[in-house]
Amino acid sequence: MTTATRRTFTEAVGTPHPRVEGRDKVTGAARYAGDIPFAGLAHGWLVLSTVARGRISSLETAPVLAMPGVLAVLHHGNAPRVETGYTGMLSVPDPTAAVFQHDRVPHLGWPVALVVATTPEQAREAAEALVVHYDVEPHDIAFSGDRPDAYPVDGHMPGVTEKGDLAAQLAASAVTLDEEYTTPEMHHSMMEPHAATARWDGGRLELIDSNQGTHWVQSELAQMFSLDPGSVRVRSEHVGGGFGSKGVRAHQVAAVMAATVLQRPVRVVMTRRQMFSLTGYRSPTAQRVRLGADADGRLRALEHRSLNLTSTFHEYVEPSAGVARVMYDADAHRTANEVVRLDVPTPTWMRAPGEAPGSFALECALDELAEKCGIDPIELRARNEPERGPVSGLPFAGRNLLACFREGARRFGWADRDPRPGLRRDGRWLLGTGTAAASFPSGALPSTAAVTAEADGTFTVRVNAADIGTGARTALTLVAADALETAPDRVRVRLGDSDLGPASIAGGSMGTRSWSWAVTAAAAELRERLALNTGIPPEGITVRSDTTEALGALAQKERHSFGAQFAEVAVDVTTGEVRVRRMLGIFAAGRIVNPLTARSQLVGGMIWGISMALHEEAVRDRASGGHYGADLAGYHVATHADVGRVEADWVEDHDPEDPVGIKGVGEIGVVGAAAAVANAVWHATGVRHRALPIRPDRVLAAAAGGRHV
Amino acid sequence: MAPALPPTSSTVTLNINGEKHTLTVDHRTTLLDALRERLDLTGTKKGCDQGQCGACTVLLDGRRAVSCLQLAVAAEGREITTIEGVAEGDRLHPVQQAFLDLDGYQCGYCTPGQICSAVAVLEEHAAGWPSAVTGDVRPEAGPPPLTAEEIRERMSGNLCRCGAYVSIVEAVARAAADGEKHTEAAA
Repeated sequence: MTTATRRTFTEAVGTPHPRVEGRDKVTGAARYAGDIPFAGLAHGWLVLSTVARGRISSLETAPVLAMPGVLAVLHHGNAPRVETGYTGMLSVPDPTAAVFQHDRVPHLGWPVALVVATTPEQAREAAEALVVHYDVEPHDIAFSGDRPDAYPVDGHMPGVTEKGDLAAQLAASAVTLDEEYTTPEMHHSMMEPHAATARWDGGRLELIDSNQGTHWVQSELAQMFSLDPGSVRVRSEHVGGGFGSKGVRAHQVAAVMAATVLQRPVRVVMTRRQMFSLTGYRSPTAQRVRLGADADGRLRALEHRSLNLTSTFHEYVEPSAGVARVMYDADAHRTANEVVRLDVPTPTWMRAPGEAPGSFALECALDELAEKCGIDPIELRARNEPERGPVSGLPFAGRNLLACFREGARRFGWADRDPRPGLRRDGRWLLGTGTAAASFPSGALPSTAAVTAEADGTFTVRVNAADIGTGARTALTLVAADALETAPDRVRVRLGDSDLGPASIAGGSMGTRSWSWAVTAAAAELRERLALNTGIPPEGITVRSDTTEALGALAQKERHSFGAQFAEVAVDVTTGEVRVRRMLGIFAAGRIVNPLTARSQLVGGMIWGISMALHEEAVRDRASGGHYGADLAGYHVATHADVGRVEADWVEDHDPEDPVGIKGVGEIGVVGAAAAVANAVWHATGVRHRALPIRPDRVLAAAAGGRHV
Repeated sequence: MAPALPPTSSTVTLNINGEKHTLTVDHRTTLLDALRERLDLTGTKKGCDQGQCGACTVLLDGRRAVSCLQLAVAAEGREITTIEGVAEGDRLHPVQQAFLDLDGYQCGYCTPGQICSAVAVLEEHAAGWPSAVTGDVRPEAGPPPLTAEEIRERMSGNLCRCGAYVSIVEAVARAAADGEKHTEAAA
């Protein structure tokens, strides 16, 4: 309730606040992309290739067009042409989204047609009835760490960095390690499938979508369809998870094509199985780590090489070796991110790209080194704390890693730990504990915002943020309330609409920091205007901001969140079962805007780590080139019964160069979590598992004799 | 005489949240699609459409069911409760209130299914139904203590990819405790 009397101002940032859209979410009132009805809506169903490589020789469209309700069959022979020769907001576009432009099939599950019908049942049956003939070519999907055709790639960071003489430093080391660590293909598997409805409305293309940035999707669609950006509007109010996968994908482009051809609204929703080949994924990695240290554990040599696969037509690098460029220094230091091109879909960003698999390899290797040196794993990390960026030489804008370890060790009970493996038993269970360090870059992207003082004393914030479950809508409400020195219930936040203007995507743990910066800037100026006491006209007073210049003026520094992960596991070596009994993560992740939702994000990230360590693995069949069990029964993500006590907390860590002090909490929770679990499994059993996931058969094989799996 | 329907459709009356809805459906239409596409009851979500994720969980005659594996024509005569029918008017169900207060969600997409599931879990437990982790399953043993382990086991048909499990379990436990308080007060 708003009143005319001035309230005593109390800071909203830092105080737990339930989600402002929470009531809509618990009553089913929140509408997601596939939930919004349109008169005359037609339904599109994608048809995907059943071969892994070749050409489409023909499509038998006539019988399908004769089926009840079928309105159109779009394919490479009749679909509108789109532009792909541009550089988008984040990179050159992945041609997977530019559907139906040619007859080539570069992987199994490539979109070959869209069947549009009056009802979803009709569209589905017709799509399944469409016969497509292919000229099949042999395919190659065999991924391994020793592919001779691997090559280094610069992504958002250089492909290779090196300093010092690695061979000499390894030779001079008292203790050395040389191991390969592998992580499997993993899928985002957000609960809401990709869905988009396209329609033309008064000469404007409107898209109701589920994405991680409407400005991003709007600008890419405008370029693809050669439209003025102002004539494209993309809205995405509630988003059922993204994790890196919800950018420009085949469904939006196909929906726009169909809406254009049919001149009526068309919705395209991907099926769960289609998502496994059309929405990106985390590439499998093969990582080689070589370490050399003095007897006291100080590193002399560090090499981290990571190989991932990409498609034959688009380069995506999973920069897993990048984490070593931040975490540890050595006289000889070499890191490399390499790719190999195979007949598979293009991988993409997935929560903590690079850091998630990279920290598994590096933090397990550090644990192995601690064992070899006979040093406590936390002490080993403390002895290798760098003063400046190991590769960049730049100062750190805060590096509170050891504070996280100290607080975590105290709360987890680390001091009482006997370092020897395989000693603790609870009935049929062997027990062990493990730890690992975490880091994730803290960045911000240019954003705009508009803040309006309304005549009724309330405020409206317009910022094109995306709330994909992060709690951004609530966080921005709190940030705005503080900046305006008002109560959160007097602030309304509007987001998820490209008409609101350019803003950061929800990605890279940058969203809330980027948008908050813009909101703070506009709110500060608005307060100055209001201080003039000239009264508020009926249309309100609006101030706009753009953070491009402020971000450009930031000094070059190593800017990261840090964390310490702890896990206790129970392993039954006669069944192969691994249970994570408890996890604790302590993070230095900047100022925490909303402790309630930030804790949820951090805990959620740690649960991703449990899931990555024990369950997730998409397996490809070499004969067909496609997945076995491309669904949620075949691809296991952690469920309730897999998750025990998981706690996240933080240490004081204010970024003085950010107007609010934010660093970002979206991804740091997953980093190091799988390593902590794997290190705990070693502590329980005495066996190092260097291949994820730590499946029951791997535990059983280890118990049967092979000690390193 | 009513106009003849195509042989692939039927007219059914569905009893949803205490209201009767008569509609003609394609026989292939799932209960989930009938709710979402025909009746604008979009609170029930489609996560996988093959019975693996639990996002489309509704209550059929008080028991939970994944509505993607039910044909609409087969749901006639059943009492169907969706997320839109869980609250009593403006008053949230204790499970809904606990999800809201304890942040038992993030993106919110699995939430309607989690909540419908949790409402039924509390009733199944109160009725003395054992789960796979219940120690003493003799009927005379009565309902086992509703521990976190019991809740996790009973809720495991509902996936949450954001990983809100910890606070969901807390929310279900709190709603159960609130329910007990009500029962005690009534007695």
